[in-house]
Amino acid sequence: MTKSARTLYEKIWDAHIVDQRDDGTCLIYIDRHLVHEVTSPQAFEALRLSGRTVRRPDLTLAVPDHNLPTTARTDANGAELPIADKQSAQQLAALRTNAPSFGIRYIDATDREQGIVHVVGPEQGFSLPGATIVCGDSHTACHGGIGALAFGIGTTELEHVLATQTLLLKQSKTMEVRVDGELAPGVTPKDLILHIIGVIGTAGGTGHVIEYRGKVFEDMSIEGRLTVCNMSIEGGARAGLVAPDEKTFAYLKGRPYAPRGADWDKAVAWWKSLATDPGATFDKSVVIDAADVQPTVTWGTSPEDVAPIGSAIPAPESYADPSKQQAVKVSLDYMGLEPGTRLKDIAVEHIFIGSCTNSRIEDIRAAAAVLKGRKKADSVKWAIVVPGSGLVKEQAEAEGLDKIITEAGLEWREPGCSACLAMNPDKVPAGERCASTSNRNFTGRQGPGSRTHLVSPAMAAAAAVTGKLTDVRELTG
Amino acid sequence: MEPISEVSGRAIPFGRKNVDTDVIIPAHWLKTISREGLGEGAFETVKKEQDSVFTDPEFAGAPILIAGDNFGCGSSREHAAWALLDMGITCVIAPSFSDIFASNAFKNGILTVALPQDAVDRLMEVAQTDPIDIDLQSQCVTTRFQDRFEFDIDPFRKHCLLNGLDEVGLTLEQGDTIKAHERRMETDLPFLAKAVGTAG
Repeated sequence: MTKSARTLYEKIWDAHIVDQRDDGTCLIYIDRHLVHEVTSPQAFEALRLSGRTVRRPDLTLAVPDHNLPTTARTDANGAELPIADKQSAQQLAALRTNAPSFGIRYIDATDREQGIVHVVGPEQGFSLPGATIVCGDSHTACHGGIGALAFGIGTTELEHVLATQTLLLKQSKTMEVRVDGELAPGVTPKDLILHIIGVIGTAGGTGHVIEYRGKVFEDMSIEGRLTVCNMSIEGGARAGLVAPDEKTFAYLKGRPYAPRGADWDKAVAWWKSLATDPGATFDKSVVIDAADVQPTVTWGTSPEDVAPIGSAIPAPESYADPSKQQAVKVSLDYMGLEPGTRLKDIAVEHIFIGSCTNSRIEDIRAAAAVLKGRKKADSVKWAIVVPGSGLVKEQAEAEGLDKIITEAGLEWREPGCSACLAMNPDKVPAGERCASTSNRNFTGRQGPGSRTHLVSPAMAAAAAVTGKLTDVRELTG
Repeated sequence: MEPISEVSGRAIPFGRKNVDTDVIIPAHWLKTISREGLGEGAFETVKKEQDSVFTDPEFAGAPILIAGDNFGCGSSREHAAWALLDMGITCVIAPSFSDIFASNAFKNGILTVALPQDAVDRLMEVAQTDPIDIDLQSQCVTTRFQDRFEFDIDPFRKHCLLNGLDEVGLTLEQGDTIKAHERRMETDLPFLAKAVGTAG
């Protein structure tokens, strides 16, 4: 039985119930399945061994991203260059064979549409509002930015979706993160989500699906909403969403897989009906004032270790919880930082602008706006800008952003996951520090011994110019 | 998935507590495209210890593993279950298991038997020299010394394991229900029921 006043999440959930068991477990239909090379090989192998097929290859889209080097993929004659790492090459080759052999649409490493799976889905109009979307990757939450119920799954679940187009799930609790007011100039959606994670903690959303509500999200671009929802998992929530609105419809209209004609009109009418009803209640509610959000950076090895750029590294003793005190000590030791050090005094040797969190056109524009007419500091050894897809790359080049970036002394790369997770050649050396627009600052995430500071694209660009963590507002006035 | 009704044979008397998934299969083994072959990496660091039960020829090919409290804690990697299966292990006996490991083990047809610590201690002793028998139907573990320990198991999981049913297989039996949902979607939400647009 459905409730009379329902949240956005509850409406999408109800529309996808195939069957319900006595213990409350539901068989949920999956509308869109995105596949990449890392978590899929064993699922395809299992299907093959059991003689099973993919139920809806037409609702499935495969694209390689994690292992791909971001250097040139073809030589001067257009011939594909080999991948040096044998295991990476093998995972990539497996997807290239598996997808077509099961009838799944496959975007190849050398296709212009290739990109990070969470950039490609919305960009192609494959991800739609109100859809259930899964992928063998925890940052699938990203697609909630267009109003989809999207979450990451494990390998056996992946096989379950391939074979049945469904998943056995228990309904999550609902959580509202409301931010009213307006973000100050120089404060971006990335700063906001880092701030939110700092407030709720990395387990704040556990067992919940977050709906981001309030004027700030209504005013936010689709790219910004994708950035916010992307990091829902860092706040413990398997999924996060923003209600679809006119901006969402305008973003999707005309994209390759988006509905057209009568289907489009029907879709928009349904999408409009999905917004949380007046009077609907959430199991948990967090209210944040937009005026409290500053350009934000992480200083530790957990995404909740955040602070405004104008502040200093906290002392472990400033935390009430003894286990957190211990975790902070370990984390500062790993990061090579002392309590009391001003964040603006921390020098960085590496800059990474990219990842499924921040590699869309708006992110590249924000970085270029800071870099225009400026130069990378000599102390910065390595600074790369990695567009999220071939189409983002084309758009940026059409706007001349690549020129601004390379003239500033940064490298302009090919699309992929890059330095977010050390599965490809883009890594940060042990003991060295990176201002990174990615989503995880875990120990060793960007390479063994690497030290990560999560920041927005504008803040990463500012750090590239000064060689230190920097308040971008002081640089650009 | 292979049906399981009885597991009989030697048991590896490991006994260690809080064995995490990094111990079961270290991270550098994850860059693989197969579920198979992970047995080689299983307990890689433990195998390097002196007098490890995992390198003792006495226990080579044993189908049972005996461990301590909280077995399989840590990451959600299914590679841990795959590594055990590849070693030939189809049953793990311990005082308790991490939820995620227990679920992954079940999804891969591995029986996890939780018994009180004193029962586990007794089985550790027997395992040194003799085989152990586990009967899933009657939910009991026995030895040739007349030991008999009963264990609990979720009825749904028991049914699946006895019949070799995996969740995928079970859901496939609901093909008609899924088809009915797809038909409804084609009428009510046609734009979700297909992903064509101009790209198809």
